[in-house]
Amino acid sequence: MKHTISVLVENEFGVLPRVSGLFSGRGFNIESLSVAPTIDPTISRMTIVTSGDERILEQINKQLNKLIDVIKVIDFTGQDYTEREMGLIKVNAEESTRAEVLRIVDIFRAKVVDVTQSSYTVEVTGAPGKIDAVVELLRPMGIKELIRSGPVVLGRGAKGWKTQ
Amino acid sequence: MKKTGSQILLECLRLEGVDTVFGYPGGTVINIYDDLMDSPIKHILNRHEQAAVHAADGYARATGKVGVAIATSGPGATNTVTGIATAYMDSIPMVIITGQVPTPLIGNDAFQEADMIGITRPITKHNYLVRDIKDLARIIKQAFYIARTGRPGPVLVDLPKDIQMATHKFEYPDKVELRGYKPNYSGNSRQIEKAIKMILAARKPVIYVGGGAALSNSNLELKQFAETIQAPLTMTLMGLSSFPNTHPLSLGMLGMHGTYHANMAVTDSDLLIAIGARFDDRVTGKIATFAPHAKIIHIDIDPTSIKKNVRVDLPIVGDLKDVLKKMLEQLAEYDAQVATLRDELAPWRAKIEVWKKEQPLGYKSSKKEIKPQFVIEKLCELSDEDAIITTEVGQHQMWTAQFYDFIQPRTFLTSGGLGTMGYGLPAALGAQAAFPTRQVIDISGDGSFQMNSQELATLVQYRLPVKIAILNNNFLGMVRQWQQLFFNRRYSQTCMELPIDFKKLAEAYGATGLQATTPDEVEAVIKQAFATPGPVIMEFKVCREENVLPMVPAGAGINEMVLAS
Repeated sequence: MKHTISVLVENEFGVLPRVSGLFSGRGFNIESLSVAPTIDPTISRMTIVTSGDERILEQINKQLNKLIDVIKVIDFTGQDYTEREMGLIKVNAEESTRAEVLRIVDIFRAKVVDVTQSSYTVEVTGAPGKIDAVVELLRPMGIKELIRSGPVVLGRGAKGWKTQ
Repeated sequence: MKKTGSQILLECLRLEGVDTVFGYPGGTVINIYDDLMDSPIKHILNRHEQAAVHAADGYARATGKVGVAIATSGPGATNTVTGIATAYMDSIPMVIITGQVPTPLIGNDAFQEADMIGITRPITKHNYLVRDIKDLARIIKQAFYIARTGRPGPVLVDLPKDIQMATHKFEYPDKVELRGYKPNYSGNSRQIEKAIKMILAARKPVIYVGGGAALSNSNLELKQFAETIQAPLTMTLMGLSSFPNTHPLSLGMLGMHGTYHANMAVTDSDLLIAIGARFDDRVTGKIATFAPHAKIIHIDIDPTSIKKNVRVDLPIVGDLKDVLKKMLEQLAEYDAQVATLRDELAPWRAKIEVWKKEQPLGYKSSKKEIKPQFVIEKLCELSDEDAIITTEVGQHQMWTAQFYDFIQPRTFLTSGGLGTMGYGLPAALGAQAAFPTRQVIDISGDGSFQMNSQELATLVQYRLPVKIAILNNNFLGMVRQWQQLFFNRRYSQTCMELPIDFKKLAEAYGATGLQATTPDEVEAVIKQAFATPGPVIMEFKVCREENVLPMVPAGAGINEMVLAS
């Protein structure tokens, strides 16, 4: 089962390999990982999508908490949260398909952010499923390049992470 | 007044109460070594950086203090890796200082550069690269704090040469503030109350003790707990010496080479009280058949140990000393029920006694050949009660665990988790440096001994009178045993064909060498060794193809033992 975890860490030299090394060393799976500083510049926030049964998730949670540089671990499973991912898709835009690409962009409230005579680069933001859908619809046109940010999440409601 | 980085480091060590460090100099720690000449801290020059780390580890295990080792960058630092991993697996508090190339050269593949932060990340509790002299004192303070608190472990501090030479005002912080590190010492009272209820309801309880008992110095509370409820108690390899093995409640060691009655008791038990143990595969054997009828209470300071390998019915996270004290307090409130419990457990204790009589630990004695188990029994009989025993890894280690009765805490130092051959001699050296007047004995095999035999030089130089008992069978005995049992006696590369003259080897280093080739010489050799000042090698030419039994074959349940008779 898929789990989305937020990990608040000291924004220090070498923290990322501590976390990623923990996952690889113990055979835990990372589907995606994104990391950037928070409003407090001494703290970075990672969003990790992982999978495993209940026992593995409990270990992931505990092992992360054991790292000295980890301040807080939040497993969003079963909680109400907002999840967003960004995809940038460079897609063929030939004479015959340009209009179709734009229609898809329009339907998904995506954006064209770069245009050439033979391509569009489409920016799409949303839940990972939405990006999957856009990719599938654009695939027949010929996707030249695709990059996804991996999801980032935030709990819903007025509370911040300190009280979550 | 401003101090250099190397002066700050040594001042921090002094303030942490460090009296002895083990190490080996080199280009990137030359400044530290220069300042060491003006420091009250005693330095012991080992002959290999791995040995320096094992020595610091032996020092830490014997004293309970943080062990400190120093090595230079590159090969000096990479040589520490096995020592660090050994300490990490057994949760030993240590601080390892490695030199590093100057900060502007880091990442340039400079001479004697190795990425020690990367290399030791998975084998340290935490590690630091000091990148600014302003951080140095804080980092050393944190390193010691992290090493000795919570579940202890080794912490590495990588210190570039330019930071050692830079100057800064020295201020030692009085407090450590780490928002991501707050070990939980206090056991949850409600959980403890539930544990007491489970204990009072049990009819076949077994107490299962691991290395945590020694680390938390809770041997007295443990003894009181076992005696209060009169429950049988078994120990892991790491748990040995935390409870007197001569005590009527002791079942000895459990697991792969555990006693028959310990393994049978665990398999039949209805309540397993795990105390500072981590359900290692050498203890559990096949998980599916491990303690199948038992509810499990697991007390540990490290939440990751709980439910890692086995299901747990009642977890209690906390310091063992605190938890055991609280349990004893609560048990005192149930006086009458505890008295009933003690009586109710009589049939259980009797059942275990039957198993013990059926299959006692033993071996076939011989008048012609020296049996290795006999040597261990004699060492136990003739040594002081507070003697510190270290071992290497292999058959001799298991025979020591089986046939040496440990009475006092922190008297058995062995590499349990990593299983490091070559650990025992330098660990004995470290223990002897901490306790110059106590008996320290390294029980070794001929294979393991040769992995760090250069430390004889260190022993002689510092007049550390470690006694070394080599059970010489000219085999890598444990691997040979597996080859005999599971590979049809095909002894691939386990016969150490070149006979070593250990007596001459001892003499070459200026130590004493003794040898016994028949059983009736054993006692005289041991007595002579104990009476001889300075380090002594006792070589026992033992029966070559003796096996460690009982043995649980890999993958079998612990009740499926290959027995001695």
